[in-house]
Amino acid sequence: MKSGFDTVMIFLVLSNLALLGSSRLGMCVRALALQGLVLSVLPVIVDMADITARDLTLGLGTMLVKGFLFPWILLRTLRDAGVRREIEPYVGYTMSLIIGAALLALALWLDRRLPLPHSFVSPLLVPVSFFTIFCGLFILLSRKKAITQVIGYLVLENGIYSFGMALAHEEPFLVEMGMLLDIFAAVFVMGIAIFHIHREFEHMDTARMTLLKDDYSG
Amino acid sequence: MTLLIAAALIHAFAGILSLIPRTERRTAAVGVAGAVGAGLCGLPPVIACLVNGSVETFARAWSVPYGSFSITLDPLAAFFLLPLFLIGPLASLYGAAYDMKKQGRDGTWFFLHGLLGGMALTVLSSNTVLFMISWEVMSVSAFFLVTRDHARETVRRAGRTYLIATHVGAAFILGFFLLAGRNAASLDFADLSANAGSTPAWLLLLFAFLGFGAKAGIMPLHFWLPEAHPAAPSHVSALMSGVMIKMGIYGILRVLLWVPLPSWLPWILILFGVMTGVWGILFALAQRDLKRLLAYSSVENIGIITLGIGVGLLGRDLDLPLIAAAGFCGALIHVLNHSLMKSLLFLAAGSVLHATGTTNMDRLGGLAKKMPLSASTFLVGSLSICALPPLCGFFGEFLLYLAGFHGLMTFLPQAAIPLSLAIGGLALIGGLAAASFTKAYGIVFLGQARSPEAEHAHEAHPAMFSVMIILAGGCVASGLAAPLVLDFVSPVVAQLTSSHAGQVRILMRPLQETFWLTTLVGAHLLFAIASLIFLRRLYLARRSVKETGTWDCGYAAPAARMQYTASSYAQPMIFSSLLRPWLRPRRRLASPKGLLPSAASMSTSVPDIILEEAAEPFLRRVADLLVPLRKFQQGQVQLYIFYIALTLLALLAWKAG
Amino acid sequence: MESGMIMTLMPVLLGMFLAPILPGLVNRTKAVLAGRNGPPLLQLWFDIMKLLQKGAVYSRTATWVVRAGPIVGLAALLVALDLLPFGSQSALLSFNGDLIVFAYLLGLARFFTVIAAMDTGSAFEGMGSSREVFFSMLAEPGLILSLAALCRHSSAMSLSALYPLHDFTQLLAAPHIFALVAAALFIVFLAENARVPVDDPNTHLELTMIHEVMVLDHGGPDFAFILYGAALKFWILGSLLTGLLLPFRTGSAVADLLMAVLAQCGLAIAVGVVESMMARIRLLRVTQFLVASSVFAAIALGLLLR
Repeated sequence: MKSGFDTVMIFLVLSNLALLGSSRLGMCVRALALQGLVLSVLPVIVDMADITARDLTLGLGTMLVKGFLFPWILLRTLRDAGVRREIEPYVGYTMSLIIGAALLALALWLDRRLPLPHSFVSPLLVPVSFFTIFCGLFILLSRKKAITQVIGYLVLENGIYSFGMALAHEEPFLVEMGMLLDIFAAVFVMGIAIFHIHREFEHMDTARMTLLKDDYSG
Repeated sequence: MTLLIAAALIHAFAGILSLIPRTERRTAAVGVAGAVGAGLCGLPPVIACLVNGSVETFARAWSVPYGSFSITLDPLAAFFLLPLFLIGPLASLYGAAYDMKKQGRDGTWFFLHGLLGGMALTVLSSNTVLFMISWEVMSVSAFFLVTRDHARETVRRAGRTYLIATHVGAAFILGFFLLAGRNAASLDFADLSANAGSTPAWLLLLFAFLGFGAKAGIMPLHFWLPEAHPAAPSHVSALMSGVMIKMGIYGILRVLLWVPLPSWLPWILILFGVMTGVWGILFALAQRDLKRLLAYSSVENIGIITLGIGVGLLGRDLDLPLIAAAGFCGALIHVLNHSLMKSLLFLAAGSVLHATGTTNMDRLGGLAKKMPLSASTFLVGSLSICALPPLCGFFGEFLLYLAGFHGLMTFLPQAAIPLSLAIGGLALIGGLAAASFTKAYGIVFLGQARSPEAEHAHEAHPAMFSVMIILAGGCVASGLAAPLVLDFVSPVVAQLTSSHAGQVRILMRPLQETFWLTTLVGAHLLFAIASLIFLRRLYLARRSVKETGTWDCGYAAPAARMQYTASSYAQPMIFSSLLRPWLRPRRRLASPKGLLPSAASMSTSVPDIILEEAAEPFLRRVADLLVPLRKFQQGQVQLYIFYIALTLLALLAWKAG
Repeated sequence: MESGMIMTLMPVLLGMFLAPILPGLVNRTKAVLAGRNGPPLLQLWFDIMKLLQKGAVYSRTATWVVRAGPIVGLAALLVALDLLPFGSQSALLSFNGDLIVFAYLLGLARFFTVIAAMDTGSAFEGMGSSREVFFSMLAEPGLILSLAALCRHSSAMSLSALYPLHDFTQLLAAPHIFALVAAALFIVFLAENARVPVDDPNTHLELTMIHEVMVLDHGGPDFAFILYGAALKFWILGSLLTGLLLPFRTGSAVADLLMAVLAQCGLAIAVGVVESMMARIRLLRVTQFLVASSVFAAIALGLLLR
């Protein structure tokens, strides 16, 4: 059982690295979908001895939303808006991968140092969750396109979700807050896809938001 | 209790349902039905609680750490729910007719229900997290309602001022809870109150006073109020002034039940009460805008209520039960009555705005002929708020006077001195209120129209004036039934003085007798009026009764422009050497020059002294100090996320290291 | 039993019938001091009777408010008479705190007088209203603080517990307190009744008047009500003052009533003498004059609290 869980964790790490290293948007979305599917297994296998209807619902919901719905929306947006397929990063792909490795090391170090509730299931759960959160943040930081911003956000959220799994049986609240964030993410995706960007997608470069900067002269 | 939860749920559902796009009429129907339904659900348990003095608690475990989802209906909560469930449906009904054309997709109904539901939960909740969430729902909903007409710059400014004030206030409330709950086992109010003693009382009271006082509008924290109330749609102003600012009073009363009170507190409350009352009504007198005048009058009434709480506490501290009962009772009755009369006045002002498009009193006049029902109900409200017997506003102040006179006779200097201050303050407020509201009623509704808009005014929509008539009836009924209202309040007073409702009733029997005799005086007054009317009928029956132009001392053609205006009415008062330093009015004068003078003009304005002299300069200084931080604002999302990531890492490293 | 009931009603009845004589007495005093004969004492009663026989003319601008003003104003004063003790006789109605109801009934009368004046849309009447509310606003704390000082002094909270028990022994026991309170009440009395030096009812220029200018547009029975109400107000506020300063107690209730009526007449004569000797003060000075009333009352109260 433990080895199965670790496999899942490894998949999570790999999908994160794929997100960091790939140069194509389509590839990114698929990696994201994979991550979603991987996560949907978590609530079920986290405590095999005691599978409740609640766990199943959570897993199924996660699979539908993260595994299919979000990727589908993102892919459709890509297609409809005719956006260019390159990612246009601030930080190059190789460099991103190196930083990713550094982040993984940081996550492992933090896991050792912080007084965190260690999951009985797998010692990997907490550090991998941290790693996923860091990757999400890094994608948010280092990519220009609005759609990569959404992807980064979703990765960040996936990290929080899997972190919540470690605490699932002690603090169901955190998990539910995770679900809340999911809903927020959905709104975020919809908002970007449907309203503003659709109209001006050619220009959808977050760098242009500097126009919004206040001109304040004391 | 089930019914109360149902009422809160109805507000939530009605708010969400009103967002579904439909025709305006249907949206309004959903909104009104929700408010009325919630009111009908909410009133029976509230009234039952006030009659029995019972306490009901509903607690469920919930996912928020430290505590449970717990709501409690005790007499204090019930008493503040009463105006909410009374005024809420009425204001909604009025609102449906008031801006039939505007509503629909702008979310007015959603936020209105947010405001109502938020207030209900604020009063009910007995858990810190629930309380803060409800408080924020209430405050933020009110912000969106205030800024509904955000196309106008003044409205945006008012919204900003309100948002800053309310959030600074909320921060202090949060600070209060954090301090009070430092050593508590959970964030439920019961644990909090048991542990509040471990923090210095003055610190707790300072935080609570700043937080709740800002919401209530106690001077000098009132400055958002005269900005926000005129900016909001009138039915929202009615709700804010009639119900929302009372949430601050509720908070103060609730805190008083927890914190071990120092002996100087009643003095502070009485001082601030008198200052708020006198200064508030002075500013009301100086206003030219009808809704601003009403907003300042709300500040004044909050002052009277604060004064009453101070008097009640003083009686409690000095072990003078009659004074304690009369003080608290006066404050509470005034809360209830003020919600009736101030809603009425704001709704009538809304009808004026609706009919003429302006609330600038210098452009109004003569509306009593065009809109007789609105005018008459406004008169009832004005008489009430000037505390003239036998209408309802009199009785709250009467109780405070009685408490004051009783205190004078105790020969305890620590009671007599603050209470004589209270008596003097109330007397001054009474005279100033009469001046303000003769001005408001006389300039707006009497005389001749001062502008074409006022000339072409029309009576309000039937739904609007029927709401106003109900409220006016409420003012009269609450006045005539004042001795019975006293019974209603006694469980709350019992809670505040930690005794039993029965004891309080016995204690208040002499006061009740006084009230009955006052009602008798009122009845006699009505009888005298009726017989004088009859007498005049009798005398005029066979005589000529003619109508002609106003006698203007020989001048043949009096015109509307020759009338006294709102500014000129108040001018001798606000420019008198006595009051001028407190108001700092500004005058712009272009006096006629030469033998053949061209157009001359004079205008006065009285900006809020606290806002202009203290709050705004302070905020400007803060903004200037923060200018260097502008470097960090580059408009790049990535950079902002970088800041967040940096903070996160720093925190983690701090914890790990 | 029968005579007891009549005695209870006496304060009201005396007020209702004798009040209109006092303004006559004031005018007579002024006339005598000016070397004229002056109008008869009952002139005000004659005027009222005459006015009641006349028709009415209302302004086209006005609404029902102008008709309500005199009626509510008079009704409030008549009811205030219910609460007023006279001589050693208690009032018809008395209860703890009746003095507040009393003060606010006067406020009700004033409110309606003012809005009735504003109803006509006349510039003069607007001006009169503005001044009336200003001065009464300043007089109100004087009245209430005076009553508070009296309450504190005699530990009673009702007019009927304060005045009928008051006598010269009490007066001489604390003369400084009573002097201060009486000074405060005298100023309130002058201001509320629109007498010199606050207001001059006899000027011929509407611009300088306060109370008279507010009733320019009333005629017929309405004006009769107003004149009668003004006389009642003179009587009511006057008896607060005379009851304090000239508390003759003979031991017989009837004789006490008689002495109180004489004291009221004395007050009217005193007002006449004051009006013959001095002129109206400038409007700007009126403020100070009225604030003095509150200050006197506050000092009295402060001395008692010491």
